[in-house]
Amino acid sequence: MKEAKKKIENLGGKILEDIEKKVNPNIDIPIRTLSNIVYDSKTRMLTLGGKSAKRFLFHTGHAKKFMQTMLISAFCKDLIDQNIHTSLRDLFYALKRTLPNSNENTFDEQSESNPIVVDLEVMLNILREQLHLNADIRGRVVGNVVISDRGDTVDLSKLGSGGWAIPSNIEDIKFKKVNADYILVIEKNAAFERLHEDKFWQKHKCILITTQGQPARGTRRVIQRLAIEFDLPVYVFTDLDAYGLYIYSVIKYGSIGLAHVSDRLGTTNAKFLGLTMDDVDNFNLKNFTIKAEEVDTKRAQEMLKYKWFQKPEWQKLLKSLISRKIKAELESLSGRGLKFVTETYLPTKIKNKDFLD
Amino acid sequence: MGYENPTKSLLTVTKEALDNSLDATCDARILPEIFISVKEIGTDKFRVRVEDNGPGIPEQKVPFAFGKFLYGSKFHRLRQSRGIMGLGISGGVLYSQLTTGKPVKITTSTGKKIHVFELMIDVTRNEPHIISHLIQKNPEKWHGIKIEMDVEGRYMERTQSILEYLKQTAIANPFAHMVYDGPNGKIEFSRTVDELPKIPKEIKPHPYGVELGVLKRMLLLTKARNLLAFLTSDFSRVGRRSAEQICRLAKIEFSRNTKNLKVEEIERLHKAIQMVKLIAPPTSCLSPLEERLIEEGLKKEIDAECYIAVLRPPTVYRGYPFQVSVGLAYGGNLPSNTTCQLIRFANKIPLLYHQGDCAITQAVSEIDWRRYGLQQSSWTLPIGPLTILVHFASVWVPFTTEGKQAIAAYPEIIREVKLALQDAGRKLAKFVRQKRKYKERFLRKQLFERYTPVVAECLSKLTKKDQKTILNKLEEFIKKKGETK
Repeated sequence: MKEAKKKIENLGGKILEDIEKKVNPNIDIPIRTLSNIVYDSKTRMLTLGGKSAKRFLFHTGHAKKFMQTMLISAFCKDLIDQNIHTSLRDLFYALKRTLPNSNENTFDEQSESNPIVVDLEVMLNILREQLHLNADIRGRVVGNVVISDRGDTVDLSKLGSGGWAIPSNIEDIKFKKVNADYILVIEKNAAFERLHEDKFWQKHKCILITTQGQPARGTRRVIQRLAIEFDLPVYVFTDLDAYGLYIYSVIKYGSIGLAHVSDRLGTTNAKFLGLTMDDVDNFNLKNFTIKAEEVDTKRAQEMLKYKWFQKPEWQKLLKSLISRKIKAELESLSGRGLKFVTETYLPTKIKNKDFLD
Repeated sequence: MGYENPTKSLLTVTKEALDNSLDATCDARILPEIFISVKEIGTDKFRVRVEDNGPGIPEQKVPFAFGKFLYGSKFHRLRQSRGIMGLGISGGVLYSQLTTGKPVKITTSTGKKIHVFELMIDVTRNEPHIISHLIQKNPEKWHGIKIEMDVEGRYMERTQSILEYLKQTAIANPFAHMVYDGPNGKIEFSRTVDELPKIPKEIKPHPYGVELGVLKRMLLLTKARNLLAFLTSDFSRVGRRSAEQICRLAKIEFSRNTKNLKVEEIERLHKAIQMVKLIAPPTSCLSPLEERLIEEGLKKEIDAECYIAVLRPPTVYRGYPFQVSVGLAYGGNLPSNTTCQLIRFANKIPLLYHQGDCAITQAVSEIDWRRYGLQQSSWTLPIGPLTILVHFASVWVPFTTEGKQAIAAYPEIIREVKLALQDAGRKLAKFVRQKRKYKERFLRKQLFERYTPVVAECLSKLTKKDQKTILNKLEEFIKKKGETK
């Protein structure tokens, strides 16, 4: 924690030096857009390239963001000094105020403060948790796993229907006992509940994790730690649409938005279980597909160009999404009967090792 | 001819009297003091009074000046003046007589006795008819003319109104002091320039501009003994050589008596004139509206921020010298989202009607005003807080209609107006740019001043250095940036 504090204070010191030297005060922030994302085919990770942009105080286009960066830096320093943890939403409210002699706010929406927190992480090369900021909490686990968290021992097989909610900070959690053959990561809550109710994890000796949409950092870190520390294969099970495929890629390679921490969040051995276009044909799901919207097609077209989707089988899948203009949700499997997913689909796929990588 | 409807008629009567007063005072080198009164005296009946401090008219000339139509009296007088614009004041006298049946009352003095006439026009004989003539003492040595007419009319104070006419007249004649006592109260137009414009010189016509009918008339009326002498003495810029050349081209002997020429010969002569190379006419006959007058005039009547005036050198169209000047008033209280106001003048007389048919309007519309920081749809007047003034000075204004409210679109005229406006537009663009720059700089400074206290506070927290010291240093930055950029 001292490392983060020191880095933040150094940032302030650097700006003071600029002022003393009569240089326009500036900070250097690595660029986080696709243009500066590098896919390393050796490590199979998305990482940030070398491009960065300067943010100046005396620049009409930068001034406000510079001021916002300062506000968040000072706020985080306070958090560390007082040893308090808080959420991004709290941070937004704590810093939102109207500037004197104007009707302008320091921040109008949380969507303004969130990216600046990421700026700080990238710039100082530290994690948000080290700044005492909690990430979103999303994602649940169920399976034969025993952990210890803040001194409590928790058995993830005995948490009833809800399962274990993954916290923001995974670093201090210890996995005491794990008894599973693989991890099944499910995009959607509903499908997770179905599998949990059917005791799929007991019958098939696996760990079930739902990401509840785009996986939060905590969820990604849990998947990575379980996969590495216990050498477990990871199978990702999402909707058949561009967003589902992207969720898989985020778990595997890291995301464009958080490329600076891919090494701490990516699970390179993750494999894509489904749904695939072949599943639609092989399992007779055609009647249960729905029409793709324009945004789906557009997203698929963008992803066609991503370096980490260049393998022929992925190109084929993306192109079939675009040409057939359909998508299939996990729930569509219920069209073949409520237990079709647990009794037929998943066992068949896993037995045949019918995965995309 | 200015009497198409009651509103326009009332304006025309007033305007004829006012134009005469301005011409009379300026010709006599007297700074004009003009009083105009328009009062309702019955349903659609008005009494119009115009009084000036001009030289007055000798008593024997009064009946003819007001009670007879002077057809073509100014034919040979190639000198720029206001009174070439309509039927003249006699038209007003006749209109008054036809609509109310009352005589016109004229009071005048050259500084001696005061003569008060009541006049009517004998229409069939085109002769003045004196109803009464009183002579009064003049102890204060007053001189000038006071005319009083009762006319039918309708009064409005909108775009094409007496008030607008006076306002524009005041802009083009800032050396005149005018008081207007209208149906809605008194308005004063102050004098902001104490010098009169120079008197334009009279010139002989230049052959290029002479029409066939005029040429015939000149040949009849000339005092020259033969054709060669006529050409050299009655025209400007025709020397002996050019005159001989014209005669040879027309195949007419030099010595012919001008009064005996046949129609075909005159036609040949007219053609020959156009074929001979002649020097452009002298331009000393022009009295342009000069830059200073434009600026002063606009300043006193239009509440704007920036005033620009441009005077072009004199040029010639078809043998007639002319000179264009323009003025722009920009910003201030002018409405910014409407089409700009265009005010047109010919020889210091406002042109209120037929704007759409006028060469001036065409020239204004053909300019790309977006270059000068204004909005504009193509081929229309620009939109923005702008008043455009265009003045056309010439000994002979080529009006398109008998109403004399629109100037004909000769390419030379359009070109001159455009050149003048483009020159003014460039100056305007400079002003607009500077203003925008200043505003940007101000906003920029304001922006930085809003953020720096927050930045200073945060930096102080991060570094434990004094907040005030940091803020002072940042403020120094803002100050310096404002100076250098």
